[in-house]
Amino acid sequence: MDLTFASISEIADAVKSRKVSAKEVAQHFQKRIDALNPKLNAFTSLNLQAVQDADALDARIAKGEDVGLLAGVPFGIKEMFCTKGLTTTAGSKILENFVPPYDATAVARLKKSGIVVMGKLNQDEFAMGSSNETSFHGVVKNPWDLERVPGGSSGGSAAAQASRLVAGTLGTDTGGSIRQPASFCGIVGVKPTYGRVSRYGIIAYASSLDQAGPMVSSVKDAALTLEVISGFDPHDSTTAQKKVPAWSQSLKADVKGMKIGLMKEYMTGSLDPDVQKTVENSVDTLKKLGAEIVEVSVPMTEFAVPVYYLVAASEASSNLSRYDGVKYGYRAEFKNLSAVDLEEFYSQTRGQAFGAEVKRRIMLGTYCLSSGYYDAFYNKAGQVRRLIMEQYLEAFKKCDVILSPVTTAPAFKIGERVSDPLAMYLNDIFTTSTNLAGLPGMSVPYGQSQSGLPIGVQLTAGHFEEQKMLNVAYALEGASLVKGKHPHVI
Amino acid sequence: MIDKKTIEAIAKLARLHVSDEEAQEYSTQLAKALTHFEQISKINTAGIEPLVTPTEVESYWREDVVSQEFTADEMTGNAPDRAGNLFKVPPVV
Repeated sequence: MDLTFASISEIADAVKSRKVSAKEVAQHFQKRIDALNPKLNAFTSLNLQAVQDADALDARIAKGEDVGLLAGVPFGIKEMFCTKGLTTTAGSKILENFVPPYDATAVARLKKSGIVVMGKLNQDEFAMGSSNETSFHGVVKNPWDLERVPGGSSGGSAAAQASRLVAGTLGTDTGGSIRQPASFCGIVGVKPTYGRVSRYGIIAYASSLDQAGPMVSSVKDAALTLEVISGFDPHDSTTAQKKVPAWSQSLKADVKGMKIGLMKEYMTGSLDPDVQKTVENSVDTLKKLGAEIVEVSVPMTEFAVPVYYLVAASEASSNLSRYDGVKYGYRAEFKNLSAVDLEEFYSQTRGQAFGAEVKRRIMLGTYCLSSGYYDAFYNKAGQVRRLIMEQYLEAFKKCDVILSPVTTAPAFKIGERVSDPLAMYLNDIFTTSTNLAGLPGMSVPYGQSQSGLPIGVQLTAGHFEEQKMLNVAYALEGASLVKGKHPHVI
Repeated sequence: MIDKKTIEAIAKLARLHVSDEEAQEYSTQLAKALTHFEQISKINTAGIEPLVTPTEVESYWREDVVSQEFTADEMTGNAPDRAGNLFKVPPVV
């Protein structure tokens, strides 16, 4: 069995039927991490108990115990998720030594289903970034071209998955942080409907936008992982009290008669020719498979980037106020002082430990929430957000799934956009509106640039309509021009 | 307009020390971003309720039973400084 490229279900079936031991699987991927991670910087820390954990799983299987759907599947977890006993830094110096006493619900559910946590994955600091260049742990490299970014903020997850350092990863998506790196690295990334997956134990960035999701190598693996992590959680009152469908068992590539919406607003403007071509090819494929293409319009998406950044920065400025140097994390040095001013204590600690992008967003959010500006920025953004969602709901009366680009261009070079935050923010033009409206969205690899970089297409569905989106992705995956291609680093 | 003085005022509100150099840099960058973001002011939103949570939040009820998920030791275990199970901070005036 070729463990490196085996699917999640293949690995789990082989482990459960004892064709291969979970220990052998863990050792295989550990070797891959040791060999390739120095080039990629995808992992920030390793679970030193991974092989022992796998061994314990084998012992349970030997006793005839049911160890779960994902038995022995090696997973990497984004730094944003709390993991019991494993450092969880959110890519920030302020949480440099933080070791949570509990697992995030999504992680706990994966563990209950039998995965083996191999380690934690790099990300932009507090998930703020579109390139994975703002992490305290350094830049992550794109395995297709080591001079390029893997995308952000779940860049470590995308790079680790694309280079098969693990068989599955978890990411988080606040404005596109699963879909954009998935597109840049040629993997499948799913952001489910807001409320599908519990946010308990995920370091909070922008609470009304954050969602967790799988970043894996196939649509079926995504459906399977999503089934495991979804569902109501008493620890998170925003999780939906809805039954979780068996998406993986209902997957079908038959899109005959389905209505695929093309948003006219998305197909204008300055799209990279390779991205344009990829989207056009995917539309042609869906037509050939019997889907009907309909034009839809969500004119307010023009304002999605400003609304997203105003909402996200405001929520972030509030969420990040908990990092005060008292309860956990970094504290500025005050040993030589007999007394300090409390505000100075907080501000020195925060000023020394937060990186530039995090500070920028805290400043932006504090400004938007301050007296005199609240109505013009935060409140106004909330109102436009409602208009965006209402227009989406209208659009979904005409179509089942909306197809669009994920990004304007394939992965860009490291350092290319860091000096211009606004240019970096505008990079999120196709992904942010999905989060604002709470809709499920995903990226599925479909094309390739002339220089060989992967390009994904984005699918968006109505609230809690993941199955439709996964089915269209499954159909596209079967016809994908990049199917079977692997990054050069492998 | 966001000038260096405004940045200093926001930094104080955010309890965030920024250096002179950072204040200068942020004033230019935030002014540019906010000028771009101000485009939403032209949208007519009269009578529109701001959207805070994108999907419906349903009430969840549980029995009012006390449970202890973490020990005091676990809860204070990540503190930069502590005395027993108490968070320890420098003297403050």
